[in-house]
Amino acid sequence: MKELDAMVFLAVFQEMLGPLLWVLVLLAVGGIVAFLAVLAKERKIVSRRLVRSELLGLVGGALALVLMARVSSSGFTDAGGPADWFLIALVFGLGLAGTTVLVYALAGWKDALSGSR
Amino acid sequence: MSAQGDERKLLESIGGRPLDRRTFLMLGAAGAGALMLRAPPAGAAERVRTSARIVIAGAGAAGLATASRLAERLDGAKITLIDARKEHYYQPGFTLVGAGVKPASYVVSTTAEYVPGGVELIEERVAEFDPEGKRVVTESGRAVAYDYLVVATGLKLDYEAIPGMDVARIGRNGLGSIYHSPAAASATWGALQEFADKGGVGVFCRPATEMKCAGAPLKYTFITDDHLRRRGNRGKAELIYNANNKVLFSVPIVHEKVRMLFRDRGIKTHYDRVLQAIDPGRRIATFRSPEGTVEQPYDFINVIPPMRAPDAVRNSALRWQEGPWAAEGWMDVEKGNLRHKRFPEVFGVGDIAGVPKGKTAASVKWQVPVAVDHLVADIAGRKSDAVYNGYTSCPLITRLGRAMLVEFDYENNLVPSFPGVVAPLEELWVSWVMKTMALKPTYVSMLRGRA
Repeated sequence: MKELDAMVFLAVFQEMLGPLLWVLVLLAVGGIVAFLAVLAKERKIVSRRLVRSELLGLVGGALALVLMARVSSSGFTDAGGPADWFLIALVFGLGLAGTTVLVYALAGWKDALSGSR
Repeated sequence: MSAQGDERKLLESIGGRPLDRRTFLMLGAAGAGALMLRAPPAGAAERVRTSARIVIAGAGAAGLATASRLAERLDGAKITLIDARKEHYYQPGFTLVGAGVKPASYVVSTTAEYVPGGVELIEERVAEFDPEGKRVVTESGRAVAYDYLVVATGLKLDYEAIPGMDVARIGRNGLGSIYHSPAAASATWGALQEFADKGGVGVFCRPATEMKCAGAPLKYTFITDDHLRRRGNRGKAELIYNANNKVLFSVPIVHEKVRMLFRDRGIKTHYDRVLQAIDPGRRIATFRSPEGTVEQPYDFINVIPPMRAPDAVRNSALRWQEGPWAAEGWMDVEKGNLRHKRFPEVFGVGDIAGVPKGKTAASVKWQVPVAVDHLVADIAGRKSDAVYNGYTSCPLITRLGRAMLVEFDYENNLVPSFPGVVAPLEELWVSWVMKTMALKPTYVSMLRGRA
């Protein structure tokens, strides 16, 4: 059952996003790998960089919500119950976490390549 | 074992396993829409070798999904799809077109793009079913013999049964009808906009026959109410919903909920009123009621015609022989496995099936794997225990941006896919998100046999 569910979800997301699905998967996997590589290389979290990434992450979360509203033909007064707030939090959270990880990784590699750290 | 235990076992055996919270969280809400049209698990993975001739009459949602699943599970079978229409319509999207949310192009694609490899498509209409002779005859007179037949012809919108109705006038002078076609749904949106700008009397109804998606007439009433409110013109309009019998929805608990919502939105309700005739020039709809004939003037109307089996099925031995479904011509199939009661090599899936619930894409998604499993089991010489419990789903839009995710079975039980997370009788954005984002990809996956 579990495997079947996973295959159904893959099929549905493929229909929904087309090739964009694989771009997003690559972006997510690439971002996480780059982030972990920065962590492994520096052996610490650079708090200044993290805070900046998180600030941009807030923007990313907001953009994720705007994108979600657009593709689902929704307005901003449509939430009607706890499941809706959960979905809003989930979308915002994904946008925030994704942007934070990506920005932190990019900034880390930029620093490493320019030799400032 | 207790009745409850039996039911649980049955549900588990057909894959109707509710999601727990944790699984739901892991899946993500938007994608979880896929489960809204849950399917029973596929049978044995290995393909069955056969030279059987299988004819599928009709290449709509049920016909294409059947073709895909049979092509995947059988090796060497001669599978023939017969349908004259070149376009494929994503019918669950018609309401969204009529609501101005999506363009007409959203619901139109081609049949050919979903026909699986190795399946022959005959672009003709079936004119005659001959179950005794095990063959069908197309409009051009071509006879196609079969060992197994799957009837998926869909149904016929019987506009001619309403004197005065002229489908060429849909979109003009307040006459709407979203069921007719993508173009008519779009034209109805034009008529609705005029009405929402001016106000007046809006009239809504449903036929007294079986119909596809019995929630759609209600949805469109709610959508009209919302468009009027958004333009500040609700006070200038009177909305009247005419139910064909004594309920707004066949599932009692859903009827009660809709009754309360109609009361809340100020939508007037008449029961036992069936559209008899229409005068599009004078804008008068004539209803049959227990008190006699009632003339109802309108400024906007959404006409939903009586629905019947296509003539080829209705004139054949496949239809119910007695009872109300005989006149409408629906196929006489076992409700648990869609097999014909008198011709065991014949199955009826989708709208044509004479079963108590659901002429919807969600029903198709459950029916097709069950019927296919029985058909493949016959070929393989074994028995299938797959059961269709009547599951169907209706994302009942109650305003733009919110819907109630109503799922139920033959017994009028609510069978929510996400118990404790997505409440079936609450107006929720998450249900709207599923309707607008996840349903079409799920539907297309179903056509391809992947969901």
